[in-house]
Amino acid sequence: MKVIASLAWKSLLNRKTTALLTIMTVAISVILLMGVERIRTQAKSSFANTVSGTDLIVGGRSGQVNLLLYSVFRIGNATNNIDWKSYQEFSQHKSVKWAIPISLGDSHKGFRVMGTNQSYFEHFRYGSKQPLTFTQGKEFKGLFETVLGSDVAKKLGYHIGSEIIIAHGISDVGFSRHDNLPFKVVGILAPTGTPVDKTVHVSLQAIEAIHVGWESGAHLGHSPDQAQLEHHQFEPKQITAMMIGLKSKIQTFALQRQINEYRKEPLSAIMPGVALHELWGMMSVAEQALMAVSIFVVVAGLLGMLSSLLTSLQERRREMSILRAMGARPKHVFSLLVSEASVLTLLGITVGLVGLYGLLGIAAPLIESQYGIQIELNGITSYEWQLLAYVQSAGILIGFIPAIRAYRQSLSDGMTIRL
Amino acid sequence: MSSFQIDSNPAVIELNKVIFQWPNSDSATLDIEHLSVKANEHVFIKGPSGCGKSTLLSLLTGINVATQGEVQLLDSNLTQLSSSQRDRFRADNIGYIFQQFNLLPYLSVVENIVLPCQFSSQRKSNVTGSLTQRAHELLDKLHLPKSVREKPVIDLSIGQQQRVAAARALIGEPKIVIADEPTSALDYDNRSAFIELLMEEANRVGSTLVFVSHDPTLESLFERVIHLPTLNRAGDQQ
Repeated sequence: MKVIASLAWKSLLNRKTTALLTIMTVAISVILLMGVERIRTQAKSSFANTVSGTDLIVGGRSGQVNLLLYSVFRIGNATNNIDWKSYQEFSQHKSVKWAIPISLGDSHKGFRVMGTNQSYFEHFRYGSKQPLTFTQGKEFKGLFETVLGSDVAKKLGYHIGSEIIIAHGISDVGFSRHDNLPFKVVGILAPTGTPVDKTVHVSLQAIEAIHVGWESGAHLGHSPDQAQLEHHQFEPKQITAMMIGLKSKIQTFALQRQINEYRKEPLSAIMPGVALHELWGMMSVAEQALMAVSIFVVVAGLLGMLSSLLTSLQERRREMSILRAMGARPKHVFSLLVSEASVLTLLGITVGLVGLYGLLGIAAPLIESQYGIQIELNGITSYEWQLLAYVQSAGILIGFIPAIRAYRQSLSDGMTIRL
Repeated sequence: MSSFQIDSNPAVIELNKVIFQWPNSDSATLDIEHLSVKANEHVFIKGPSGCGKSTLLSLLTGINVATQGEVQLLDSNLTQLSSSQRDRFRADNIGYIFQQFNLLPYLSVVENIVLPCQFSSQRKSNVTGSLTQRAHELLDKLHLPKSVREKPVIDLSIGQQQRVAAARALIGEPKIVIADEPTSALDYDNRSAFIELLMEEANRVGSTLVFVSHDPTLESLFERVIHLPTLNRAGDQQ
């Protein structure tokens, strides 16, 4: 067998160009397969890392996926706000340990502005229950102070003391800017790999303050200046959503039911984990389609190898005859072809893995800055090894086709050299 | 070395009442009443193309099996061996030289020569010392210049390639060396030189030489000539 393996190897080296092309075809299909798998799982874990330690998210009555998307991922918009009184009632509920109010709707140069309070910096957790930390500065105290996510600061080149203008709504155009009321940057958060990095945080009071004169949705009324507003005591009337941490997880369902059946206002309380699960369910069709496409690409890659092996057989009849004359049995000829297919697939997989890590290394920062999804260059998981093992086995199996043909050919040709 | 050579001159190849017919053909391609080749004999089998030379060689090498009759090589009756036993027999006992394109282009000169020893442990064990060294010894005897031995085999001239093929057929001292028109691509001077070297080496290693060709000018170099069309009773029906 060692003889055959070494012959297969040398024979392949002799057909470098075709062999290289075949290896590249397999490699590209492996890159696609593994890349799709990587991005799929990493996107999931990136999503799952976004919120941690929050037991319930409460918002206006809506579907749980929608609520999860707008409150945590800043995707889409709230269907309805919730009343500040509801927030107060539930944040003081006996089973609630902490509550974070969230008020969304404004933006700054494409980044969402979120109104919240100190409990956000204290209780919000992401990843594996990591708290938010500051790279520079501290939490906001005053009305016109803001804390930036790391991406916001990095992209827009802000530092402590910079002044920023917030726009009404999510389209940042001249007439919708709260441009008489600049905010001062007092803190910049450490990167988290979550939408927090892309968020401009201000106090709930500030959100109220900048909307004085905007009650109709456009800047029609009179807006007082900063000095006047500083002295005013603002109390939020509405917020977009709230995150709740409970004293004991056992109370989750009871409180959820209580919130969902709240008489004074139609509310929805969701468990982030359950909502995420539903989200995966919705995405699984797309995931499967993507996976199916990449599997087909692998099949195409292996068929490419098959066609190049089959084409080579005709011109290699002499080689087979010589081997037969030397005493090689048809089964040697058979295993010669199978080992060639195996070697080609193995090399294809290896090159593919190298290419995958290379590409991920290049693409990871881009994906992170574009989509906020962290792609880590982890080792190969057992599931990925399994996928690779399938590809390798498929490669070996495909090698049987030219091998059987070469076997038959060498039986019928014997030692006659046909040219 | 083995029991055969103690005996004065036993038959190494013996064909009795051999008929060979291709599965889809209605007449025999080969019909030989009797053919016997003695140990260390150098036999020239001549005949025009189509007289059954290739078929005869395929029977002698065990690629095909006689439809009827007995093909006895050394102490084995090839007609009674399984196909993998025949492959093993060929690996162990037969050195083969093709008309041309003998060498695997992706192996070096020496790798080509030692190839039979990779498929036959018997031939490997017949080599004392290293295989590479033995390959070079054979090449020395066959007058292949040292300067070309490291070249890729495709850069060798046809004559040089045939000498490498001869070395390959002789390594490990197979009992029988079969050469299928090995000189047809060579010019006359090279032909006789090649044949003389081949015979000399066949003698040295104790191999019986079966040389097949349609070229009657080579006849005189051999001690025994078999005219296949005469021997093959099916020949004239071709």
